[in-house]
Amino acid sequence: MSLRVRVATLLVAFAAVVAGAVFVIVHYLLANPPVDDFTSLAKGGQVNVTMQTTPETTVSTRPDWVSYFTKNPQTGKWDHSTLLKLPANTQVNVTILAYDGCTPPRNQLWSKVVGTIGGVEYVNGKPVSTLNGWSFCSVQHTFAIPGLGLSLPVASPMTEKENNNLCATAPCTSGPHAVVQFSFRTPAKGGTFIWQCRVPCGGGFIYGNGGPMSTYGYMTGQIEVVA
Amino acid sequence: MTAATSTTTHGAEPRHGLRIFLIWLVASAIADPIIWFTLGPHMPPGAMSSSASGQQSAITLMAVMCAPVVLFVWIYFAYALIVWRHREGDEEDGPPIHGHARISAAWIAATSVIVLALFVFGTVELIVPNGAGAGEGPVPIWKPNGRPLQVQVIAQQWIFTYRYPQFGGMETTQLVLPQGQDVQFNVTSLDVIHSFWAYQLGVKADANPGINDVAYTKPEHLGNVRVRCAELCGLFHGGMTNVGRVVTAAQFQEWATSTQARLADVTKLLPPYATIYDPAVIPKIGQVLVKLGITGAGGGYYPPQDPGNGP
Repeated sequence: MSLRVRVATLLVAFAAVVAGAVFVIVHYLLANPPVDDFTSLAKGGQVNVTMQTTPETTVSTRPDWVSYFTKNPQTGKWDHSTLLKLPANTQVNVTILAYDGCTPPRNQLWSKVVGTIGGVEYVNGKPVSTLNGWSFCSVQHTFAIPGLGLSLPVASPMTEKENNNLCATAPCTSGPHAVVQFSFRTPAKGGTFIWQCRVPCGGGFIYGNGGPMSTYGYMTGQIEVVA
Repeated sequence: MTAATSTTTHGAEPRHGLRIFLIWLVASAIADPIIWFTLGPHMPPGAMSSSASGQQSAITLMAVMCAPVVLFVWIYFAYALIVWRHREGDEEDGPPIHGHARISAAWIAATSVIVLALFVFGTVELIVPNGAGAGEGPVPIWKPNGRPLQVQVIAQQWIFTYRYPQFGGMETTQLVLPQGQDVQFNVTSLDVIHSFWAYQLGVKADANPGINDVAYTKPEHLGNVRVRCAELCGLFHGGMTNVGRVVTAAQFQEWATSTQARLADVTKLLPPYATIYDPAVIPKIGQVLVKLGITGAGGGYYPPQDPGNGP
């Protein structure tokens, strides 16, 4: 093999390795879901955010994972995203359309609502301050923003029949679900806050919050508060 | 050319050993008080608790012991560079010192004394502050006298919660401790391995599922305590932190009583207080749900083949 051929082979191999590394970085390490921006939508010091939970994520490469979706405030369509941008010092009114089935929290402390305005959440219109996650079938996930001291259980459809007929295509537009509503206040100073579900709710991750619970766009996300 | 010939050529050789010893003695006599009195009070992790002050004094003492050793190395090095540097026309070797019984004996004696002293000191420092704030496992060897305040530390991804069995078994995300009272931490985990590290208290104990890791301390000063997870435990490991407080005994009683009342509705839902919580409890609930065919998470949360489900 001539020197020219060997050099060319070496360069091609090197280029292939570099291209592979760039592909991995761009598609896996830097890939993030879109950010839903609510900063320009506050009226009267309030902004409304609508999300939904789904038992499956058929729009993604992990259709067997549970997920949150966020309604895009500009288009009204559901984004497969958990990254939000919110205005500072604003009351955020959150509605979660909870389409997933029931799964108990590992720690019953997460049955309590803390950090919301009034210390309650509204489940199908009724105010509750505690929702027993270990009762027959009541809770599917939690919504927690540790940096803001916010934590609340997300109610589930409660009957056996409903849980056997959950929505099978994400994002859900019909099917049994609970409607969970609550409000919280963003801090006056800006900052970035993570949020997570504290129910180990992903199949095959019973010993820890892996899989969807550790992946942005599914059961965890980030809130950027803009001052 | 021999050493004796060399001495004859250059005149009487000064007593280098004595010189080095005297320089070292003076330097150590200056350095050690500076370390003890000036740096000592600022050594980590402070003196907020009995275990923290024990660690601080241990670190200070170690520094005081190490400084003369370091100074000896530096002084010998500097002395050799200055006094024994190569001079024009001097081609002879230094005198051989192997087989020097006094140097060998001094070396063995000094290092033995240092190591044995550290062994005794380290052992005493584990016993006196009841384990020095480290996790002693489920059957601690060194315990304080009396009836310490029981605080259960429950680690879970990605937050610590604290349960107070002497206050109705309430569980809270706040760590509040009274000044001047022995505290027994019972550290466990609900999922993966974590580590409870209350820096200013000088307490660090592994938090493993199914294990009760006991650690003791006695908060002695008021203030805030930064709690961190010291075991890489997943995505938000870096965010698994909170700030605890050491308050007066009266303030603690007030806080505990009001918190117990505030959390009464969720406390009655908690499982009975236990030193560990079997994660299989939840899979058993899940098995019931599986039996009824009403699992969430796409039906995949409690797969029958999951070892956590048990037989």
